Amino acid sequence: MRRSILTAAVLTTTLALAACSGGAEDQAGGEESAPPSGEGATLTVWVDETRQAAVEEAATGFEEATGAQVEVVLKNFEDIRPDFLAQVPTGKGPDITVGAHDWLGELTTNGVVAPIELGDAADAFEPVSVSAFTQDGQVYGLPYAVENIALIRNTELAPEAPATWDDAIAAGKDAGTKYPLLIQTSTEGDPYTFYPLQTSFGAPVFEQNEDGSYKPELALGGEGGTAFAEWLADQGDAGNLSTDVTYDIALAAFAKGESPFIVGGPWMLESFGDLDLAIDPIPSAGGEPAQPFVGVAGFYVSAQSENALLANDFLVNYMATPEAQLALYEAGDRPPALIEAADTASEDPITAGFREVGADAVPMPSLPEMGAVWAYWGVTEAAIVSGKSDPAKAWDKMVADIQGEIG
Amino acid sequence: MYSPVTRGSGWSPGFLVKLVLIALVDALGVYAVLAAWGAESWGVLAAMVALLLVANWAYFSKRALPLKYILPGLAFLLVYQVYVVAYTGYVAFTNYGDGHNSTKEQAIEALLVQNERRVEGSPSSPLTVVADGDTLGFAVVSPDGAVQAGTADQPLQAVDGATVDAGRVTALPGYDVLDYAAVLERQQEVTELRVPVSDDPNEGSVRTQDARTGYVFTSTLEYDAASDTMTDTTTGVTYTPNDDGQFEAADGTTLPVGWRVLVGLDNFVTAFGDDRYAGPFGKILVWTFAFAVLSVASTFLLGLFLAIAFNDARLRGRRVYRTLVILPYAIPGFLAALLWSGMLNRSYGFVNEVLLGGASIPWLTDPVLAKLAVLGVNLWLGFPYMFLICTGALQSLPTDVLEAAKIDGAGRWRTWRSITLPLLLVATAPLLISSFAFNFNNFTLIYMLTGGGPRFDDASVPLGHTDILISMVYSVSGLDGTAAKDYGLASALSIVIFVVVATISALAFRRTRSLEEIA
Repeated sequence: MRRSILTAAVLTTTLALAACSGGAEDQAGGEESAPPSGEGATLTVWVDETRQAAVEEAATGFEEATGAQVEVVLKNFEDIRPDFLAQVPTGKGPDITVGAHDWLGELTTNGVVAPIELGDAADAFEPVSVSAFTQDGQVYGLPYAVENIALIRNTELAPEAPATWDDAIAAGKDAGTKYPLLIQTSTEGDPYTFYPLQTSFGAPVFEQNEDGSYKPELALGGEGGTAFAEWLADQGDAGNLSTDVTYDIALAAFAKGESPFIVGGPWMLESFGDLDLAIDPIPSAGGEPAQPFVGVAGFYVSAQSENALLANDFLVNYMATPEAQLALYEAGDRPPALIEAADTASEDPITAGFREVGADAVPMPSLPEMGAVWAYWGVTEAAIVSGKSDPAKAWDKMVADIQGEIG
Repeated sequence: MYSPVTRGSGWSPGFLVKLVLIALVDALGVYAVLAAWGAESWGVLAAMVALLLVANWAYFSKRALPLKYILPGLAFLLVYQVYVVAYTGYVAFTNYGDGHNSTKEQAIEALLVQNERRVEGSPSSPLTVVADGDTLGFAVVSPDGAVQAGTADQPLQAVDGATVDAGRVTALPGYDVLDYAAVLERQQEVTELRVPVSDDPNEGSVRTQDARTGYVFTSTLEYDAASDTMTDTTTGVTYTPNDDGQFEAADGTTLPVGWRVLVGLDNFVTAFGDDRYAGPFGKILVWTFAFAVLSVASTFLLGLFLAIAFNDARLRGRRVYRTLVILPYAIPGFLAALLWSGMLNRSYGFVNEVLLGGASIPWLTDPVLAKLAVLGVNLWLGFPYMFLICTGALQSLPTDVLEAAKIDGAGRWRTWRSITLPLLLVATAPLLISSFAFNFNNFTLIYMLTGGGPRFDDASVPLGHTDILISMVYSVSGLDGTAAKDYGLASALSIVIFVVVATISALAFRRTRSLEEIA
C-alpha cells in the first residue's frame, strides 16, 4: 500500500519534470545563443491603440542601433494611469508609458515617475508642451503631441469666422440650421469644453505663478466667475446652450449639417467626412480672450525602471525625432510637440488652425487638487444652464465646496 | 497484514488516468513555482508548493476521500475569495492611497530624485562612461574642448592624451572606455553615479540619464541613513519620519512623497467622522435599503406572476413566451444599463421621443423619477431570473398535496396562499436573500445608468439621489478621480458594508428555517 503511494509519487514527479524539462532546455539554449554582451536588455513600453504602430516603428530603429529589445504592450488608455500607479511600486510596471501631462501631480506625489533631462533638446519643443510637463523646475515627460479645442466651422454654412460669441450665434441663426452653435454639455456638464468661455470672463481655475505654472489657490470665484455663471443661465434660457446636447449628439448633428459651428478638438474630425471645414479661435463671450486648455501627451519614465538608461536613451534620442513625432501625428491627428515636426504637419490647414489656437492657450493644471475641481465644476455648470439653480448662488457654493474638499 | 485490494490501488486504467491527470497538474504547478522563483514572489511560491503537496497527498492517500471531491473548489475559494477578503482587511488598516503609494525606500528614492536641480547655465557635455578597474567614471568634453574625467570619489580633473572623435572621448589613458553593451550591463550603476565637479560639494556633480550627455546637478535634499532624516540643504530644515508615513519637519510641514504604514482604526474613524458626509450618508443608507428590498420584491412578484401564468396548461405557445421573457437575462447587465440610460435621455431618448410622442420627461435628472427609473430598469433586468427559479419551483411542487387540498374543499386562493406559496418560498427564499445581497451592492447598474445623479443640492460632497453605499464608497475614497485616492478608506468602508450585508443575510437565513418546517 505505502509502496504504491511512493511509486506513484516518484512516477508523477518524473512525469512532471519531463513535461517541463523541454521548456527549461529551450531557455538555457536561448541564453547561450544570445550575444554575451548584455544586449538582452528589454525595454517595456505601455501604449494605447492609437500610438502603437508609431512607437513600434521608432522601436525598430532603436533595436537595430542598440541591440536591446523593446516590448510594446497595448493597454486601454483609461487603465494606464491606475495600473501605472499600482504596479510601479511592486517593480512590475513598465519602463516607459504614454500619458497625459495632467497626471503629473498625482504621479510625482506617489513617486512613480523619474525626471527626464531634455538638455538643449528642450528648445526644439513647443514651449507650452515642455512647461506642461514641468513641475518645480524639473521636466518629467517627453512631450509628443499638443491638443486643444477650437471652433470648427462648416464653411458652406458660415463663410466667415465670428469675432464674438454673439456674432457666432447671429451667424448660426442666419444660416437657418437646427442649432446656431453646438457645444457639448450633457447633464454632467463639460467644463473642459466650456473653459475658453469661462476664461473670456477673466475667471481662470487656479492662480498662476509668473512662469505660468499653477498654484493651488482657486481663482474661479469672484466677479468674473459670477458674470460667467449669469451668462450661462442667460444662454440656457435663450436655448443656445442645452444639457441635452451630449458629445455624441453634437457630433452627429454637426456631421449632418445641422449647425455651422461646433466647439471641439481634432479627435472629432474623422466623424465629419468630407465637410468643408475651417478652424477658428473660439469666440469670446465676456470680452477677454477665450483661452482653451492645452493637453499635452507624452511619455513618462518609471521611477523604478531597471533600464532607466535605455529608457532615456530611447525617448530623448529616438522619440524626439521629427520622423517619430510625425508618425505619431499621422496616427492621432494631434499637432506634434516637436517644432520641426509641427511645422511639417502644419502644411495641413486644419492642423495649422488648431496649432494657432493652441498658441494662445493655457496648459491644463496638473495639480492633484484638480480632481476636486472636476467633481463639482461640470455639475454646477449643467445645473445653471438647465435653469435648476440660481447662477450666482450655485457658483459661490461650488467654489466653497471645492475649497472644502481641497482643505 | 491483510490489506484488501480495492479499485484504484493497482495499475487499473482508472489509476493510470488519475496518474496522468495529476502529472499534468504537477507539471503546471512546478512551472508556476519556477515562474514565482524567477519573479521572486516568495508568497506565491510558498502557496503553490503547499497547494501542490496537499493535492498530491489528497489524491494518493486513502484517508482523504472527502478532500478528493472538495479540494479543487477549496483551492479556488482560497485564491479568489479568502485571499482577496484578507487583503482588503489588511489594506483597511493602512493608509495606502495617494501620497502613500509604496515603500519607504522608494519614497526616499523619489524624494531625492525629485529634488535634484540642474545647475542653471551649466553646459550639457558629451559624455563617455569609463572604468578604472571596477570603478565606473565619466569622461566629459567641456565646451572649450578640454577633456575631464573622474569617478564618484575622485572629482573631475583634466586628463591629457585623450582621443576625441566627433566631440566625444573614444580612448582615455588610465581608463577603459565602455562600449554601449557594457554600459547597458551596468546601467543602474551608471544612472546612479554622481561625479563631483570639484572638492566643493556645493558646485554639484555630473550625472547622466542616457550615457551620452552629462549635466551638472545639485541636490537640495539629502538623506542621512544613520539618523533616518532628510535635510534641505538650502534652508537647513531637518525632516524626520512620522507615524503617518511621511517626513515631517519640526514646524509640521511634510515632504510630498510618503509611504504605506499601518494606521490602526484611523480609516474607520474618518469614515464616520467627516461632518460633510453625515447628512448624505443617512439618505443614501435609506435609499440603499429601499432599492435592494424593492428590487427583490418587484422582480420576484413579476417573475412569479409570469411563471404562474405561463405554467397554465391552457396557455398556447408557452415555450415561445418563456423564451422571449428570458431575453433580458441574456443581455449583459452593464450593457443593458447603458442602453437604458440612452433610451431615457430627456430630449433624444427613445422613451420620450417615440413612446411618449416627444414629451420631455426628465427620467434621469429628477430625484424621484431617477429613483423610479433605476427601479424600473432593475425590474427589467431582474425578473427573468425570478421567472426561471419560480417556474422551476412550481413544476416541482408535489401534485398530491394540491389534490389533497382540492379534496378538502379549499378554493383556488386558499390553495395558493396556504400550499403553493409556502412551498415555493422554501425553494426560493435563499435565492431571494442572495438577490438582496447582490442588489445591495449593485454598483454596475447605478454607475452605468445614473452615475449616482442627480446630485444633492444641499450637500457639499459629490453624491446624488440614486447613489447607493457601494457607489458612495467609490466616490468618497476618490476612486472616481474626484478626490485624492484613498484605498485604505475604501477598504474600511467596504468592510462596514460587508458586515451589514452579512448580518442581514445571516438573520434572514435563520428565518428561512422556519419555512422549511412547513415542508
